Amino acid sequence: MAGEAPAIALTGIDKRFGEVRANSNVNLTVASGSVHGIVGENGAGKSTLMSILYGFYEADRGTIHIHGNEVRIRSPKEAIAVGIGMVHQHFMLVDPLSVIDNVMLGAEGGALLSKGEQHIRAALAKLGHDYGLDIDPDAIVGDLPVGLQQRVEILKALVRGADILILDEPTAVLTPDEAEQLFGLLRTLASQGKTVILITHKLHEIMAVTDHVSVMRRGEMVATLETAQTSPAHLADQMVGRHVLLDVSKGPAKLGPVRLSVEHLVIKDAHASLRVKDVSFDIRAGEILGLAGVAGNGQKELLEALAGIITPTLGRILLDGEDLSLVAPTPADRRAHGLLHIPEDRQRMGLVSAFSAAESMILGYQTDAEFGAGPLLSSSAIEAHTTKEMDLYDIRPRDAALKTAKFSGGNQQKIVLAREIEHHPKVLIVGQPTRGVDVGAIEFIHKRLIALRDAGVAILLVSVELDEIMSLSDRIIVMCGGVITGERTPETTNDRDLGLLMAGVTERAG
Amino acid sequence: MSAPIELPKWADVSLVPILAVIVAFLIAGLVVLGIGESPVKATVLLINGALGSGEGIGYTLYYATNFIFTGLAVAIAFHAGLFNIGGEGQATMGGLGAALVCLRLDFLPWYIVLPLAIMGAMAMGALWAFIPGYLQVKRGSHVVITTIMFNFLAATLVVYLLVNVIGKPGSMSPETRVFEASAHLPYLHEAFAFFGITIPKSPLNLSFILALVASAFVWILVWHTRLGYAIRTVGHSPTAATYAGISIGRITMITMAMSGALAGLLAVNEILGVQGRLLLEFSSGYGFIGIAVALMGRAHPVGIILASILFGILYQGGTELSFEMPRVTRDMIVAISGLVILFAGALDGLIRRPVSGVFARLLKKGA
Repeated sequence: MAGEAPAIALTGIDKRFGEVRANSNVNLTVASGSVHGIVGENGAGKSTLMSILYGFYEADRGTIHIHGNEVRIRSPKEAIAVGIGMVHQHFMLVDPLSVIDNVMLGAEGGALLSKGEQHIRAALAKLGHDYGLDIDPDAIVGDLPVGLQQRVEILKALVRGADILILDEPTAVLTPDEAEQLFGLLRTLASQGKTVILITHKLHEIMAVTDHVSVMRRGEMVATLETAQTSPAHLADQMVGRHVLLDVSKGPAKLGPVRLSVEHLVIKDAHASLRVKDVSFDIRAGEILGLAGVAGNGQKELLEALAGIITPTLGRILLDGEDLSLVAPTPADRRAHGLLHIPEDRQRMGLVSAFSAAESMILGYQTDAEFGAGPLLSSSAIEAHTTKEMDLYDIRPRDAALKTAKFSGGNQQKIVLAREIEHHPKVLIVGQPTRGVDVGAIEFIHKRLIALRDAGVAILLVSVELDEIMSLSDRIIVMCGGVITGERTPETTNDRDLGLLMAGVTERAG
Repeated sequence: MSAPIELPKWADVSLVPILAVIVAFLIAGLVVLGIGESPVKATVLLINGALGSGEGIGYTLYYATNFIFTGLAVAIAFHAGLFNIGGEGQATMGGLGAALVCLRLDFLPWYIVLPLAIMGAMAMGALWAFIPGYLQVKRGSHVVITTIMFNFLAATLVVYLLVNVIGKPGSMSPETRVFEASAHLPYLHEAFAFFGITIPKSPLNLSFILALVASAFVWILVWHTRLGYAIRTVGHSPTAATYAGISIGRITMITMAMSGALAGLLAVNEILGVQGRLLLEFSSGYGFIGIAVALMGRAHPVGIILASILFGILYQGGTELSFEMPRVTRDMIVAISGLVILFAGALDGLIRRPVSGVFARLLKKGA
């Protein structure tokens, strides 16, 4: 389709927030009818650029052409008017309403619903036919699996006439199977003339589905490549600006005695529904046990029960043969016994965003003798400790007094990691250590975890990233619906096998 | 979705509140103009009344003492994410605690009676805030509801006791007998006279020094102790507190008790310092204005002292103003205080946003 104007042409986009230059002189051209990936570390400016395109912000400088026409996009409404639709990472859906109600929301077409509903129903049927986007329009959104909820988001955009779709980290909440289906759909949309922009930090997704890929680094567009001409390793180097080791090298595990034993653990949540059903496993000293599963299948509850934050309904947790519910019932006791916890949700649990980095660095250790005398805390001792840790873990910026919230995701995670590792764990339970963390920091965090394992620490690694589970674990267990659906070793399994276990299919797959 | 510009700290703690007060005064000036008086003259009278004489300053600081105690009480609870609006009731109970000690023991020398009376005031104030804290932790009843209900309970309890139990025998008015001199906290002019220095007479008493000590105590407690760290963690993020092994229930009860003890200290100024007897409604709204003081002072002791002095000026200057300018009534002064609270607290963003805008433009030019 040579000669046709590109779907999107951004020229010389600048956007500053105070002293931070979020986008500087960004140029981006997206061909009509293609799937275009945008990758970059956290804070590289991807989200800002897409927010400018979708009208959340206006650029300080630069122009936007859509299908060859210069446009000004001052609000999401104007973005929709020029045919841009956005599928957010966190769905903007009303759970108790039906699919058709959700799609119609904001496009009711007058005071009475019946006419608008007929119109939307017809439009949904047509989209279902054209793109294979079948869905029951009268299903209640809250009852749908996550993959279908995402489909509702896509339908919302298409019904409003979008021919350019922006998807922000769309696979974060999907099983590998659902992600595969989504990619199929994106390819179908592109082949029918729609333009898709895919923002992701997962390089294999870029390789799997995009035609072109643009790399952003520190607010600048550093490269736009044809996907077929590049490789994940090359993209990673471009993102970070130096050579990155994607594969983790680790020697064979030197297994010690059993450190942590979980026996027939049953956990009910506050609404008395069963979240964990009869889970048992052991972890040995010097071993990383990977726990794979789609988010929300009981991993969070399991982690919190191990850390002493919630009390299991039944079952025992043993550390070196001692029942922790007897010898160390509270989180503080567990910490004193050497069972340390890097929580899934570092923003709300692992750190206090309003605290300085130094204050967050002692969270959980605020009663340690080294940080003060008697009831007093010594700011100078805490800051000295923090500065030392910041050097060791390369936490940037090196400012112990800076508010925790001002650090990037990767550096925040390093604060938690530094804090826990430096307190010499016997058992470390880790939830989503690299969620929202940039490639450079992921490499660092993985190396640290391996080093801990080699030093004889028993590690439970809970992650929704299969790559991470596969490359770090010595043994893998998979959870689905609160039960362990299988145990594997990385050598005897693959993504597809684990994906089936994550979906609750327990027959062995090839 | 716009990213707000962060103001430099000095602008945040001084420029914005000062502008808020100026805007409040401009609007109050319009009201004064509306009733046919000169706003300029009114302002001069107000400032002069509050700061123009030694006596005026004494009164201003005497009022400020009350605001410091109740402001600190609200602030410390605020750091733990608790909203204690029961300062009135806690102060009232503090008065009862001080009075019970004095009625029993004021035959003893001052160096025994006064410390015990101060502790009595703190203990009763602490109890009156601890109970709502305990009820929130154990029974899930929110402190905002219970502390305000406890205000009424304190008021009725003290009326009952004054009428039926500890009232002055043979007197119709609901108040206790006057305490002996040993239970009187010296006025500042008395204290200075002891050292041979003469300062004008006013109700300002040694409670003011106690208020400054309490401010320093709160500053150290909140920012430099392990307990303060736990309090702030609970206030900012209960989930992180649980993770860190901090008991939210324990911190809630301890903080409420400390908050109540601070509010109870108001009784030291009013009962031990000025009245010399327990009477009704001596807390007269200071407990509620403490909320505005804490808000305006950004829950920091230095801010609270400054905000307290401002409200002291409004109280004292306002009283003088209504003498000199009869058309400006007491209610007008309440209205002006209200405007200050409105602009400094509720409409903070109204001032902050334009100031941030100016700073952003200056930064851009400078860059």
